[in-house]
Amino acid sequence: MVKVGSGFLAGCALIASLFAGATGAAEKTLTLASTTSTENSGLFRFLLPPFEKSTGIKVRVIAAGTGQAIRLARNGDADVLMVHHKPSEEKFVADGFGVKRNPLMYNDFVIVGPAADQAKIKGLRTATDAFTRIAKSQALFASRGDESGTHRAEEGLWKAAGIDRGKASGGWYRELGAGMGATLNAAVAMGAYTLTDRATWAAFGNKSSHRILLEGDPLLFNQYSVIMVDPRRHPHVKLAEAWQFVDWLLAEEGQTRIEEFKINGKQMFFPNAAHPGCE
Amino acid sequence: MTILPLSLSEVAYEAGGRTLLECDLSIRSGPATMVLGPNGAGKSIFLRLCHGLLQPTRGHIDWRGTEDGNPTRKQAMVFQKPVMLRRSVAANIAYGLKIHGIERSIRDRRVDEILQRTGLRDAARRSALSLSGGEQQRLALGRAWALEPDILFLDEPTANLDPGSMAAVETIICDIQKAGTKIVMTTHDLGQAKRLAGDVIFLYRGQVKERADVARFFESPESREAAAYLKGELLW
Amino acid sequence: MVNDFSSAFSLALGLIADFDPALGEIVGLSLYVSLSAVLVAAVIGLPLGAALAVYRFPGRKAAIVTLNALMGLPPVFIGLTVYLLLSRSGPLGALGLLFTPTAMIIAQAILITPIVAALSRQISETLYETYRDQLRSLGAAPLDIIGTILWDARVGLLTAVMAGFGRAIAEVGAVFIVGGNIAHFTRVMTTTIALETSKGNLALAMALGIILVVLAIGINAAAGIIADASGATEDTR
Repeated sequence: MVKVGSGFLAGCALIASLFAGATGAAEKTLTLASTTSTENSGLFRFLLPPFEKSTGIKVRVIAAGTGQAIRLARNGDADVLMVHHKPSEEKFVADGFGVKRNPLMYNDFVIVGPAADQAKIKGLRTATDAFTRIAKSQALFASRGDESGTHRAEEGLWKAAGIDRGKASGGWYRELGAGMGATLNAAVAMGAYTLTDRATWAAFGNKSSHRILLEGDPLLFNQYSVIMVDPRRHPHVKLAEAWQFVDWLLAEEGQTRIEEFKINGKQMFFPNAAHPGCE
Repeated sequence: MTILPLSLSEVAYEAGGRTLLECDLSIRSGPATMVLGPNGAGKSIFLRLCHGLLQPTRGHIDWRGTEDGNPTRKQAMVFQKPVMLRRSVAANIAYGLKIHGIERSIRDRRVDEILQRTGLRDAARRSALSLSGGEQQRLALGRAWALEPDILFLDEPTANLDPGSMAAVETIICDIQKAGTKIVMTTHDLGQAKRLAGDVIFLYRGQVKERADVARFFESPESREAAAYLKGELLW
Repeated sequence: MVNDFSSAFSLALGLIADFDPALGEIVGLSLYVSLSAVLVAAVIGLPLGAALAVYRFPGRKAAIVTLNALMGLPPVFIGLTVYLLLSRSGPLGALGLLFTPTAMIIAQAILITPIVAALSRQISETLYETYRDQLRSLGAAPLDIIGTILWDARVGLLTAVMAGFGRAIAEVGAVFIVGGNIAHFTRVMTTTIALETSKGNLALAMALGIILVVLAIGINAAAGIIADASGATEDTR
C-alpha cells in the first residue's frame, strides 16, 4: 500500500516538473506558422540560423498547409505567419488578427508529370492550356485538396481554364487532402500530373520518372508574405521577438539570405520585400 | 475477550431457487468440532456462512451472544487448496499481521515462532510457490495461526495430501487447538475425524441430521443417514 | 522493393554507427515523451483497473465496457481534442503548453491510460477470482486487496504497461498535432518518419522506421528481463 502511494507521489512530482519545463525558462523563442513548401524545401534550415545567432531568438517553425497555418495564427498559437495566398492573408489582416501584410519573396509553381506525358502538355506555353489538355484526355491529376496556398492556386487555374472538376472527383481528378510532399509521393506512385511549387519539387527525393512539364506562365507566380499576429487581439504574442524577426526578414540581411538559398545550384526564392518606409 | 459462542439462529442459505442449507445451532469453545457428511451435504457452505464469506438468506449469525460485530480478526479459515501469495514463505505468514498494522518487531517475532512450529524455518526465504502441497498447507495453517484466532475453520485441509504430510498437518492442528483456538473442520476421512474430534455435526442434503460427541456418534449413530454414511453406503 | 529495404538497412546501420547527433536527439525525445506518458498511465491506470476488478458498484459493467471501448480512441482525435484544449483560444490556453513536449506527453497519456487500465482490470480480475476468499478470510480490506493484487500480478501488469508503451512510441497522429513537429524541440521518431516521407526521402524514412522497431524490441526485452529477475515466476511444481 505504501508502495502504491509513494509511486503515485513520484508520478505527480514528474508531472509537476514537466509543467515547469514547458515554460522554457530564460530562452527567447518565437513561434512561426508557415507552409510545408517552405519547410520541405529546406529554406528554414538555411534561413533561420543567422537570425538566431545574431539575436539569440530561437524560431520554432510549425509547418502546415496555408489554411491550417492561418487557423493557428487566428487562435493565437503562433506569433508570426508566413504563407502564400493573398486573399486569405488580406482577410486575416482585415479581420484584425494580423498587423500588416508584408510581401517577402516569390517563386513560381510548376506542373510536373510522368515522363510518358500522356496528355502531351510538354511544349505548351500556358497553364490553362495544359489543364485543358489534361481534363480532355482524362489523365490522372493529383490535387492537394487541403485549402492550402498551392491548392487555391490550382483551383484558380481550373477556373481560368473554365473547367468544372466536380464530376471528375474520384475519377481522373484525385483530391488527396494532403500536404505537398504526400501529394507528390502519391502523384509519382499513380503516374499523375500535379501542381507544385518549384522549391519543394527541387528538394523532393522521390521524383522517379516525373519531371517538370510546364513552367513560366505568369499565372503561376507565387507570392509569399510575412505577417505579425496582432497583439491587440492576442496580448500574449511575443511582440518584441516578432518585430525583430519580421524586420530582419524584410531588411537586407534577411532578403540576401533568401537570395542565397539554392538547391542544386539554382535559386529557389526571390526576395521582393517593399522598401522600408510608410505606405 | 473471546468471540465464542457462535450462534446460527434459524439460518438458511438459498441459491438458484434451492435451499442448500438450513440449521439452528451454536458452537462453543472446547474440543474440535468435525462437520461430516457426503458430497453436496452443505459442509463447505456451512463453514463459509460461519466465517462470513457467505451471507445467510434467512436468519442471522451472531458472535458471543451479540449482533454481528465483524469479528474477522479473531477467526481464520484454511481452504482445501491453499492460495499462496507470490512472495516468500515468511512474507506469506507476515501478511495478515501486516495488513492489521501489527508493528514490525512483534510481527517478526510471531512469524519466527510460527515458522518454528510449522517446521518451515528452513524455507523461510523461499518463494511460497516452490513449496510442495503439504508444505503449502502447513504454511496456510501458519498464516492463519499467526492471527491468533479464537476459532479456526478448515475445509478438508488434508484431502489432497500424502499420508506423511497429512500427519504433519494434523499435528499442527492439534497444536493450534492446544494453544486455545477452537477448531471447526470438515473431512471425508473418518479415521481423521475419530482422531481429532470432540463432537460431530452430521449434515445430509442441507439439514443437520445429527449432533453428538465423537464416541457416541461412531458407536451408535441415531439417524438412519448417519448410520448408512458410516457404513460407507451414502455417497451423495 | 528488396533494394529499398537493403539500402534502408545500411542507412540505418550507418546512422547508428556514426552516433548521428540529430538521430540521438529525436530518439531521446521519443523515449522521453513516451516513457513519461507510460509512467503517468501506469500510475493512474494500474490501480484504476485493479479497483474496477475489486469493487462492486452499480454501473460497474457499463464502466468496464466504456473502458474497453476507450482503448480504440483514434490518436488523431485525441490530438485534435488536446489541441483545442491547449490552444491559446481554448480553455487551458493560458498554460502555454501547446507545441511543447509536455503537450505530447499529455496527449499520449490520454491515449494509453485506457489500455493500461483495461488490461490491468482483466489481469486483476483473474487473480482476484483466485485470491478473493483467502484474502477476505485473512481480514484484508478492499484497499489492501488492491495493493496485494497489483504486487502479485506484477509480471502480467508489466506486459500491460509495455502494451501501452508500444502504442505510444508508435503513434504519430496525436504528437504531430499537439507538438507541431518543431525541429530540435518537438520532433520525434514517428513525426520525422512522416516528414522524411513527405520529402520523398523514402530510404531515410525506412531506416528510421527500422531503428524505431529495434528500439521497441530492445525496451520490451529489457522489461522481460526485469520481470524475470523480480522473482515472480510461476508455480514451479
